[in-house]
Amino acid sequence: MGLYIKYFAMHLKSQMQYKVSFCLTALGQFLVSFSAFLGIYFMFTHFNTVEGFTFQETLLCFAVVLMAFSLAEMLGRGFDLFPRMLGNGEFDRALVRPRNVIFQVLLSQMDFSRLGRVIQAALVFVYAIPNSGVLWTWDKVVTLILMVTCGSLVFFGLFLLYAAISFFTVEGLEFMNIFTDGGREFGRYPFSVYGENILRFLTYIIPLALFQIYPLLYLLGRVTSRLYMLLPLVSLLFLVPCVLLFRLGLRRYKSTGS
Amino acid sequence: MISLKSVRKTFRVAKRQAGFSRAVKALFSREYELVRALDDISFDIRDGEMVGYIGPNGAGKSTTIKIMCGVLTPDSGSCSIDGRTPWKERIAHVREIGVVFGQRSQLWWDVPVADSFQLIRDIYKVDGASYRKTLDELTERLDLNEILKTPARSLSLGQRMRCEIAASLLHSPRTLFLDEPTIGLDAVSKIAVRQFIKKLNAERGTTVILTTHDMQDIEALTERILLIGKGKILLDGSLAELKKRSPEALDMTSEEMVAALYREFKI
Repeated sequence: MGLYIKYFAMHLKSQMQYKVSFCLTALGQFLVSFSAFLGIYFMFTHFNTVEGFTFQETLLCFAVVLMAFSLAEMLGRGFDLFPRMLGNGEFDRALVRPRNVIFQVLLSQMDFSRLGRVIQAALVFVYAIPNSGVLWTWDKVVTLILMVTCGSLVFFGLFLLYAAISFFTVEGLEFMNIFTDGGREFGRYPFSVYGENILRFLTYIIPLALFQIYPLLYLLGRVTSRLYMLLPLVSLLFLVPCVLLFRLGLRRYKSTGS
Repeated sequence: MISLKSVRKTFRVAKRQAGFSRAVKALFSREYELVRALDDISFDIRDGEMVGYIGPNGAGKSTTIKIMCGVLTPDSGSCSIDGRTPWKERIAHVREIGVVFGQRSQLWWDVPVADSFQLIRDIYKVDGASYRKTLDELTERLDLNEILKTPARSLSLGQRMRCEIAASLLHSPRTLFLDEPTIGLDAVSKIAVRQFIKKLNAERGTTVILTTHDMQDIEALTERILLIGKGKILLDGSLAELKKRSPEALDMTSEEMVAALYREFKI
């Protein structure tokens, strides 16, 4: 953890060398996700509810997914740029250092310009939390925290999966963006609006729904079972195959060197 | 003590052929070619030895270094460095080695060199007192005082290489691997780097393994040369011994002699 903070400081110091670029990128990130917000807004000027969710309820969902994604992206950017790290030989450097390899990849990049998105998500929370009609008892607060943290870890797992696959293909695989960026974009609305098959896929295969729609139903008081509150924790199981695949890829790398 | 015994390594390389139709064909069925990068490599290096590892491009130098650093796993054979197998006990092993890849940097581009050093200290968990002592020593020896506060992007190549070498030694490794440490340096920097390495080896007894194409590096530094070609060790001996192999070689410069050797072995 100490080392994490040290790296954090170094990345911050590096990026502050280019203040203008930093601010403009952060602003850009903010505007892009703001347009997503507007999309939802205009949708609701025509319809009062989407599949039984009001504007404020949907915003809560939007904020959870955006926050989870942005935190994961800010901290797990190293995986996103992993194909480059493999290509330019930086990864060999990680292998000659006495630290865990996944940890080092994670530390290799941090992108603070993504703060624009984090701020946006925070603003939406500020609006949606009091207006969503949720009675904020302690269990609801815990649920919300679980949704954001576990969601962030699941996105993190997706980034790790992306990195693991690039061991086998060298080039990064754009199709993975369907789940990462796509997860963020489609996650603006509760996943149940996309129909049963997609919901099933997002429950059992790529468990984005486990930290989104199910605990959301609990938050809104539509279900009362505590199970729904704890489903975000179940989504963490997704990290197991991600880590295993990365390990497998690492073993292959060590025997092929490319 | 480094000991390699019959190390073999084969790479599978996709055959690439010219022409559009063949490129399309390659999308569906790739033909692979097995390239023998290392073919039965064995040698021993004693503690405190300084060894030059030479050979033409693609001979297998980097592959050997990568195996000794624990980055690659060989197909067969054994490699033991201070009693450890690099790819099996990676973390314990890499604590004891320093690696300089001449073509790549381990310094942070945008922050002062001193900060990069500090971070490396934290990665290797070097305790404060011995870190300060090592850093002072390296700063003096490599003349880094003026440049420690400079970000790496503003350093000249020579200055950067001096910093790279210092960065690889902050944790006082027993063995130092240098992959083309003088590539692209001017005469003054080359001499400074050589003198430093020589002193390091003499005073600290650090084992040094050096790959280079610059024969003056070899002349200035190493007692012993390993010549590798097509994945095999072709010669193992001192520069003087190599020169004695044939009468013409006596009048040649080292560069000419090595070129003659490459021709002789057809590598």
